[in-house]
Amino acid sequence: MTQLPPSTTRKMGLVIDLDTCVGCHACVISCKGWNTENYGAPLSDQDPYGDASGTFLNRVHSFEVQPPACDAQPSPAAQLVHFPKSCLHCEDAPCVTVCPTGASYKRVEDGIVLVNEDNCIGCGLCAWSCPYGARELDLAAGVMKKCTLCVDRIYNQNLPEEDRIPSCVRTCPSGARHFGDLGDADSDVSKLVAERGGFDLMPEMGTKPVNKYLPPRPKDQIEDQIDILAPLLAPVTEGAGGFMGWLDKALDKLPGQSSGGSS
Amino acid sequence: MHPAPSVIVFTTLSGLGFGLLVFLGLGLPDVSGLVAFVFFAIAYGLAVGGLLASIFHLGRPERALKAFSQWKSSWLSREGCCAVAALLVMALYGFGTVFLATAWPVVGGIGAALSLATVFTTSMIYSQLKTIPRWNMPLTPALFLSISLAGGALLAGQETLATGLLIIAGAIQLAYWVKGDQAFATSGTTLATATGLGRGGTVRAFEPPHTGTNYLLREFVHVVGRKHSQKLRVIGFTLGFALPVLLLIFPFSGLMLKHLMAAVAVLSHLAGVACTRWLFFAEAEHVVGLYYGKR
Repeated sequence: MTQLPPSTTRKMGLVIDLDTCVGCHACVISCKGWNTENYGAPLSDQDPYGDASGTFLNRVHSFEVQPPACDAQPSPAAQLVHFPKSCLHCEDAPCVTVCPTGASYKRVEDGIVLVNEDNCIGCGLCAWSCPYGARELDLAAGVMKKCTLCVDRIYNQNLPEEDRIPSCVRTCPSGARHFGDLGDADSDVSKLVAERGGFDLMPEMGTKPVNKYLPPRPKDQIEDQIDILAPLLAPVTEGAGGFMGWLDKALDKLPGQSSGGSS
Repeated sequence: MHPAPSVIVFTTLSGLGFGLLVFLGLGLPDVSGLVAFVFFAIAYGLAVGGLLASIFHLGRPERALKAFSQWKSSWLSREGCCAVAALLVMALYGFGTVFLATAWPVVGGIGAALSLATVFTTSMIYSQLKTIPRWNMPLTPALFLSISLAGGALLAGQETLATGLLIIAGAIQLAYWVKGDQAFATSGTTLATATGLGRGGTVRAFEPPHTGTNYLLREFVHVVGRKHSQKLRVIGFTLGFALPVLLLIFPFSGLMLKHLMAAVAVLSHLAGVACTRWLFFAEAEHVVGLYYGKR
């Protein structure tokens, strides 16, 4: 059971668009909600109102990318990239083969990596073997938790069809997360990966992740004039004209003090 | 990596215990009756005590028996199977030497091989992990095996063998530190490869995903004790290898003094190995720390 299948019929996974993600963490919350209320042991929190710590299957990091200076851009602006990270459902998943009990397995039919919590002894070795930090040992249940690709949603006939996708994908307000079969070259997700140059995380680890990331587009060049509205806001006439101009002159002719102003 | 006491106790004690079982299985020293009983009691106390300590590392210890099932693919499972097989075979051999004053060399040989295999499988649990470059080298099994054999020879009273093996183990330990210090850099894994954002420029961890800590940081990012690592290396090396070798080669006169010094050498070795084993975990850096801008 702990041995990896030689190949899987489909390679279900996520494509995460780093250009679109706004870092709102809605996917984190919806993931925690769905996976606490449904399949398996709930995702516990320890000391939630104090020194808070808890189990999450999806976390959003933020990275700063500082482009190198060049002639065109002597001091380029840094770019902030929000970076959601969950299980990548690797084809060559080290977390599966290290498992001593067979609790961890990769499904032949769709390539999803799952943990049978009834067999998990909580040794933590699978989390040690995962380069992405995708597995977290739940301190309340004493078993390993990981992304299930919402296996209890995607085939769930009791849900409306539009909800039969992972909770994080359904929730994302910016459309930065895509779900589909990455083993099928004609699927929407595969086309997206091909078109945008989707890449693997830590390819040197040899894990062959199914999930792909789409690179952020380079930031627009900053012009000398930073505020593009400034030209529009500049005053167009120095002196008043029309009725206001006549009134101004008429009032000036009256005896008495007028503050500031000319003539 | 978090230096969990249960894992340090487990690898240190069971390594020493199985090392002693290797020598007992080979008939070194050739003992029987009560003396053999004492030797076997020490070996089993260390080996089994260590294995029991490892169970405290588990989140669900009551399911530990399930860990014997996946020996085809999992080094942890193989270790469990090897340990039980070694303990059973050596129990049979021990029964012969203690109660029948008969040493069955074939049984002892198989038991010694299984004991050595147990130490090897333990080391492979760590050495197989690409995610921890410092462990992912052939020097890791060499280190575990040489320390186990040196400690075993020391406990078995094999002075000449122990001296040689301690020197070899000490040399491997030094090589492990030198090579291990470069392992993360040579692994080629950086924040740029971890995020795939390296093409755009220099990547820096800007904001962590959460304000508090989490399992990953507690388990994989241990920085508290590393600042003393150089001092601890000196202490560990001195106690674990240098002092026992000096005590072994110094010509003490009188059997009593010789035994006393041997006991000091064993205790010193045990303390030193525990110290280096603490460093083995505390100094190991998991690549997941990169995502947090930590090591």
